[in-house]
Amino acid sequence: MTTSRRITYREAVRQALREALASDERVFLMGEDVGAYGGAYACSLGLVDEFGTERVRNTPLAESGFTGAGIGAALGGMRPIVEIMTVNFALLALDQIVNTAATLRHMSGGQVSVPLVIRMATGAGRQLAAQHSHSLENWFAHVPGIRVVSPSTIPDARGMLKSALADPDPVIIMEHAMLYNEEGELEDAEDHAVDLDRAAVRRPGEQATIVTYSAGVKKALEAAGRLADEGISAEVIDLRSLRPLDDETVMASVRRTHRAVIVDEGWRTGSLAAEVATRIHEQAFYDLDAPVERVCTAEVPIPYPRHLEQAALPQPEGIVAAVKRTLRR
Amino acid sequence: MTDEELMRIVQETLVSVAPDLEGETFDPDATFRDQFEIDSMDYLNFIVGLSKRTGLEIPESAYPDLQTPAEVVRWLRGHRAEA
Amino acid sequence: MTPFTMPSLGADMDAGTLVEWTRRPGDPVRRGDVVAVVETQKGAIEIEVFHDGTLGRTLVAPGEKVPVGTVLAEILGPGEPMPAEASQSPAPAAAAEPGHAPEPPPAEAPPATRVEPAAAPPAPAAPTPAPSAAGRVVATPAARRRAGEAGIDLAAVPPGPGGVIGLAEVEAVAGRPPSAPAGGETPREARRGGPDLSGMRKAIAAALARSHREIPPYWGSRTIDVTDLYAWLERRNAERPVAERILFAAPLIRAVARALKESPGLNGHLAEDGFRPAEAVHLGIGTALRGGGLVAPALHDADRLDVAGVMAALSDLVPRARAGRLRSSEMTDATATLSSLGEDTSDSLMPLIYPPQVAIVGCGGPVRRPWVVDGEIVVRRVMTVTVGGDHRVSDGRLADRFLARLETVIKEPDAP
Repeated sequence: MTTSRRITYREAVRQALREALASDERVFLMGEDVGAYGGAYACSLGLVDEFGTERVRNTPLAESGFTGAGIGAALGGMRPIVEIMTVNFALLALDQIVNTAATLRHMSGGQVSVPLVIRMATGAGRQLAAQHSHSLENWFAHVPGIRVVSPSTIPDARGMLKSALADPDPVIIMEHAMLYNEEGELEDAEDHAVDLDRAAVRRPGEQATIVTYSAGVKKALEAAGRLADEGISAEVIDLRSLRPLDDETVMASVRRTHRAVIVDEGWRTGSLAAEVATRIHEQAFYDLDAPVERVCTAEVPIPYPRHLEQAALPQPEGIVAAVKRTLRR
Repeated sequence: MTDEELMRIVQETLVSVAPDLEGETFDPDATFRDQFEIDSMDYLNFIVGLSKRTGLEIPESAYPDLQTPAEVVRWLRGHRAEA
Repeated sequence: MTPFTMPSLGADMDAGTLVEWTRRPGDPVRRGDVVAVVETQKGAIEIEVFHDGTLGRTLVAPGEKVPVGTVLAEILGPGEPMPAEASQSPAPAAAAEPGHAPEPPPAEAPPATRVEPAAAPPAPAAPTPAPSAAGRVVATPAARRRAGEAGIDLAAVPPGPGGVIGLAEVEAVAGRPPSAPAGGETPREARRGGPDLSGMRKAIAAALARSHREIPPYWGSRTIDVTDLYAWLERRNAERPVAERILFAAPLIRAVARALKESPGLNGHLAEDGFRPAEAVHLGIGTALRGGGLVAPALHDADRLDVAGVMAALSDLVPRARAGRLRSSEMTDATATLSSLGEDTSDSLMPLIYPPQVAIVGCGGPVRRPWVVDGEIVVRRVMTVTVGGDHRVSDGRLADRFLARLETVIKEPDAP
């Protein structure tokens, strides 16, 4: 019999880390201030006391260096979890991620693999200004050889790490900074691994499909609720996996609803939203009853003032309006 | 000409004036205004049509006696006999 | 080249469905010529051109519903070459016939089968860009596939919002029952021809709700002795054959128009930049339709016609209003409106102004009443006339002057 309890997304991540460290001796966590300080978002708070400084390791402020060290450890048979404070700092490690982690299996003709997990925080909404508020999921989702996942729920925040560690190739877990304080129910199931390949229908609906991921899921659900008040039934799909994309779930929904709105906190140009929209046009064109709509972040560096930051980001009002446009209302 | 034929003339004339009344049921004893929302313009056109159809001159002073289909039939019968 | 656009035939109209082209591309046209018929909530309206020239390409096909302002066709000036595509434009349905088919377009659903969306607050106008595919059917991929499956010609599907044929528009045609539902009485309005009354009710609602919301009115009334006018009418009609008789409405319309001519503050339009008094008096004639509904087409230059001329114009106008066959100028030109109830009806009425007009004249039924004439109580036929004016433009004093003037001119039906 399973019981459930109410915890935060941050606690779910911490629980996942604890379970990973406890269940596999090859697993270790490293990153900036992940030890006594518990990491920039306190996800690993207390773990150094449980597992010691060998397995919960502080690193210098040198993303390229410690990501490279993680790749080396993975090649050497370990199962490292590298925490990069936020996605903007991951740009300093792009060479290691794109040129090394993603390529070695292919360049070695399958002789070696890189079972590395990289966790990082993404997204805006905490007034951290233009250099700490990026949503660059699409940069990483562009690269073959790595898997990119984005947990939007408490069960995914816990379960995706275990599944990622079981993957023989590099996996990047994008945790949205605005989700850490979200609360939800978590079942105390024994096997909490989740399917990394499939998108999930978070709210079923009939007249339009809202495709989104990460923090966009919450906003899309709020928009769907408002639309329901007006008699419009919208389905909300959480992509979960950003590479590879689960076309099957998206297309099955669009073929039924005939309308699609993609909500993406990334900037519109060259966005994941553009990729999803293109796939819909490639695979479900004859089912469309309206042009695909996108709700993305305004194409500006994320502003610092709260009202401007909120104005730049996708919001439920914009999603509601986009769905109505697809219905020509 | 029988009353039935006269009644058919009344009906046909009315429908020619107000084509949207095609297929309506006619109550011979209800006024045109009440049963068909006929106004003064329709009524004048009806009288014009009736006059053309029957060759009878219908004076304005007769209008009060021509308010229902049955009254019109009665009036036509009487005046055809005179003529 | 001058664009010929879907006109706004009233404050409440935002789109219209092209029913037919009455001229072909290449035909010469003169200002005032009817070149197309457009279905609106007030019936099928004949649309006139405002320029002399040659009808160029037609960009909208019969059956298409397009927003006001959409370019329907091009009017070419002298010497302008005909575009090559013109020959591919849809041929006018009634080009060879002098009149018009009396039937509503087959694409238009009869009112009884029209399905209204569930009541929901109207969404703000979405900034959807207008479909750019002028001159051809704009249909979504899903609509095209469904139409193909059902064997439906998209050209016969009335477009939805934004001029787009979507799945819903195709389903509306595909799912339409082939005939009236078996059993059960069809509502009287649904069986009758003429304009779409449920649509018209919405149009009336929109226009008068706007009137009530925006116009601060004043009303002034006067009961006018029309005994002499009735006597004049009876004398005149008695000596004429049936076909030349005139109705009381004719001298009434003429008198109201003449009085309006001398009351510029009641005759014209209130635009965003202020009141524009009208030179001519085009009097809107409130015309009730059987089964409900109301239109007020303009009787042009009502002040300049003699009584026989007014009667001729009225005899032409009213049946066309009933049949839903008015011209665009008749829908838009009225400078003031007359609402006359006729005999055996209410004694008086307080009508609402039809924007952007600034006045309306309402006449109760002429009735016999005890009346004081030269100090004696006598039986006279009297009629209560009420004028409603827009207080943003004029004041109640103008109503008094208008009514006094009307009382004088109504006694002069033969005045030049």
